[in-house]
Amino acid sequence: MKRLRLAFLAPSALLLATLFLAPLVIVAVYSLESRGAYGGVTPPFTLESYSRILDPLYLKILWRSFWVAGVSTLLCLLLGFPLALFISRSGPRRGLYLQLVMLPFWTSFLIRTYAWMFLLRDTGLINTALLATGLISEPLPLLYNDFAVILGLVYGFLPFMVLPLYTTLEKLDPALLEAAADLGAPPWPALARVTLPLCRPGILAGSILVFIPCLGAYLTPDLMGGGKSIMIGTLVQNQFTTSRDWPFGAALSFSLMALTLGLLYIVSKRSRGEDLL
Amino acid sequence: MRLLSIYAVLAYAFLHLPLLVLTVFSFNHSRFTQWEGLSLRWYTQAFADPALREATLNSLLIGGAATALATALGTLCAYALWKKKSPLFAGALYLSLMTPEIVTGVALLAFYQWLFHLLDLQLGMFTVILAHVSFCLAYVVIVVIARLRTMDATLEEAALDLGANELQAFYKVTLPQLLPAIISAALLAFTISFDDFVITSLVAGVDSETLPMVMYATARRGVSPVLNAVSTVIVLGLGGLILLSERLQTK
Repeated sequence: MKRLRLAFLAPSALLLATLFLAPLVIVAVYSLESRGAYGGVTPPFTLESYSRILDPLYLKILWRSFWVAGVSTLLCLLLGFPLALFISRSGPRRGLYLQLVMLPFWTSFLIRTYAWMFLLRDTGLINTALLATGLISEPLPLLYNDFAVILGLVYGFLPFMVLPLYTTLEKLDPALLEAAADLGAPPWPALARVTLPLCRPGILAGSILVFIPCLGAYLTPDLMGGGKSIMIGTLVQNQFTTSRDWPFGAALSFSLMALTLGLLYIVSKRSRGEDLL
Repeated sequence: MRLLSIYAVLAYAFLHLPLLVLTVFSFNHSRFTQWEGLSLRWYTQAFADPALREATLNSLLIGGAATALATALGTLCAYALWKKKSPLFAGALYLSLMTPEIVTGVALLAFYQWLFHLLDLQLGMFTVILAHVSFCLAYVVIVVIARLRTMDATLEEAALDLGANELQAFYKVTLPQLLPAIISAALLAFTISFDDFVITSLVAGVDSETLPMVMYATARRGVSPVLNAVSTVIVLGLGGLILLSERLQTK
């Protein structure tokens, strides 16, 4: 059995090692080198790229990224919790309702972002409608700002919040809520003091699953934020393309990776091995 | 519960209306937001565009090749992980799923550049295909292993008792039962590959511009009615594949 298992595992192991892990190691090494004269990297080894992250100019971009990702995560939680609660209480239709949340998620992220551009731009549907009703006399600046980026991220990653929340809610023992009701707790306090605390693992998992892709987002800020709303993702991309400062881009990537690992570690600790794999 | 139901209606509207509106307006005769009547002119233009056609072909080719490879490797991998858990391997797969795309992309770019210094090669179709195989792998493993977990392990034991060797037991007993899950995983891998922009744009060469890359370049310049039409075709096509994939998973 052992030989067959190893033979089955080998091709995937080789693929992951060469095309996922080795590149990450290379990024780690590059982040410690100096910038080459024509792009690329050269010795000597230095920590300069990491110290440059603390430059006020870049700190501002980092701060904005954390802020945008944090607000998006919070909004996902606020919007996602009632939806997960609704699905978990829908009886036999739960599967269908859950599918309706996931369906847009599987259809092109790029197109979903573009659909919002179509709605939000100056001559988009929302502004056209508002102008026609006379509520406003000039189009509202809905696109190419932080609001648009946050909206795009919330729209994009809401399913990442709903899914773990739903999983925890579904496993919740209904007897606990019945007990609360029997003891005289009205529905709202019971929700706040029984359901919500029991959902903490789901809230934590969902928040981290949303926060990580929001923090490293590239596509949404680039398309919906315009030139002003730069986030870490765009900064990383710039270092590897136009600026050709690979060590700095690598240092940023590696920091982002380290943060991702740390956050995932927290989730895996809390989920007690109930992973997908 | 009534309040919750009203909220749910609004939430589903938020999730589905943007794509629905885009679909409706792709049939608008006007290039502006005013409705001027039904028309297929943007679809005709999209289909006549040679750049779009070439990019679509590239995307189909890359998606097809990456799907075939990722599905084959992922199925074997899932089977091995089902037989015996490997936290290290599962961790690596999980990490590949959660790493921000931009990091995976630049890391692959750096890796390819480093490799090409040693070998005399260039970025192109095959670098994109390999990248896609590596990020589709985890999805395939998850779908297939979920199916394996619901399966009756005694059937394979019975086959072994009756004299089949392990490879035969896998090939003749387990694999046929897994087929719906494998097809489902393949459909999922194809949609993910077909959609990808961030990683693809970093590792693509001059000969491998994909449909999302062309669409992205157009979208950065603003909204275009031709893009609305292309988006609608993709949403309907990939949406169909996903529905089929989910149906196969629950079967």
